[in-house]
Amino acid sequence: MKRLIAGLPFIAAVIFGGFFLWGLNPDRDPNEIPSVLISQPAPAFDLDPVPGLETPGLARSDLVGNERPVVVNVFASWCVPCRAEHAVLTRFVERDGMRLFGINYKDKPEDAVKWLNDLGNPYERIGSDLSGRTGIEWGLSGVPETFIVDSDGTVLFRYVGPVVGPDAVERFTQALKQAGALPNGAGS
Amino acid sequence: MRQLIFAFCIGLLPFAANAVEPDEMLTDPVLEQRAREISKDLRCVVCQNQDIDSSNAGVARDLRLLVRERLVVGDSDAEVIEYIRARYGDYVLLKPPLEPATYALWFAPIAFVLIGVFVGGGVLMSRRKQEAFEDLGAEDENTVSEILRQNEAGDAS
Repeated sequence: MKRLIAGLPFIAAVIFGGFFLWGLNPDRDPNEIPSVLISQPAPAFDLDPVPGLETPGLARSDLVGNERPVVVNVFASWCVPCRAEHAVLTRFVERDGMRLFGINYKDKPEDAVKWLNDLGNPYERIGSDLSGRTGIEWGLSGVPETFIVDSDGTVLFRYVGPVVGPDAVERFTQALKQAGALPNGAGS
Repeated sequence: MRQLIFAFCIGLLPFAANAVEPDEMLTDPVLEQRAREISKDLRCVVCQNQDIDSSNAGVARDLRLLVRERLVVGDSDAEVIEYIRARYGDYVLLKPPLEPATYALWFAPIAFVLIGVFVGGGVLMSRRKQEAFEDLGAEDENTVSEILRQNEAGDAS
């Protein structure tokens, strides 16, 4: 009994030390919100195209039944990180053959059209989510966010924030490969 | 002085402002009150430690509107919360639900208090026992009586 009491401070120190070690891990992001969508079916939604844009609108049915998993990117012209991410996504589409769909989140149509005309349009389809209601269906906490959706409509991966910088691109590439969202041999 | 007080009162004004804007509010005061109560239990996913009732973030406003929309449709409070929880997960609840994954969260404080009482009580009890008079061993008795006898002998001489 005495020995047990004498050992308590040591045990407490080990437990708290373990917590600190875990908390100080530079890879841990305390702001990260666990997503409920992973391994769940993608939410139902049906969005009209952005007026003034020839790209067709986006619905859940467009994500299902594709040959490979596809990528859904939520973006807006007013979102500065989206601008940086745009180049990365375009490269994934043009170089690696990734299939990209867009949800234009709370954006004025004319601004979105101008943005895409300036930067180029890598999206096969773009749905206009003016009210932000579809964003809520996806559990969105901000833009940009990027999802990988399997051909049966299951959400495989979620990336919160812009896919910019070597670490993020590496993580996203790994996720794409794991999901099989790239044609064979691409993404190397 | 009066000016200073006036300036102070003006300075306090912004803090009285509400995140809930008039155009969001429901005309039915009962439903509006329920919406406010529900909103206070839901976490804003942008500002994270604020409830959506007091948050000015865009998503918080959308969620407030959604809460009111569900209430108007006729959902109960629990149904509204479940609707949002299905989309944002347990994280969106400011009061975490009691389930196996959160047992540590709910019961750790009680466990720590019990451990503290147990250990502290144990230490105090053992102290008290030590204070109690204990008989000397036979060897010690002999030593003491030897010393006493020598002292007496010394006094006598």
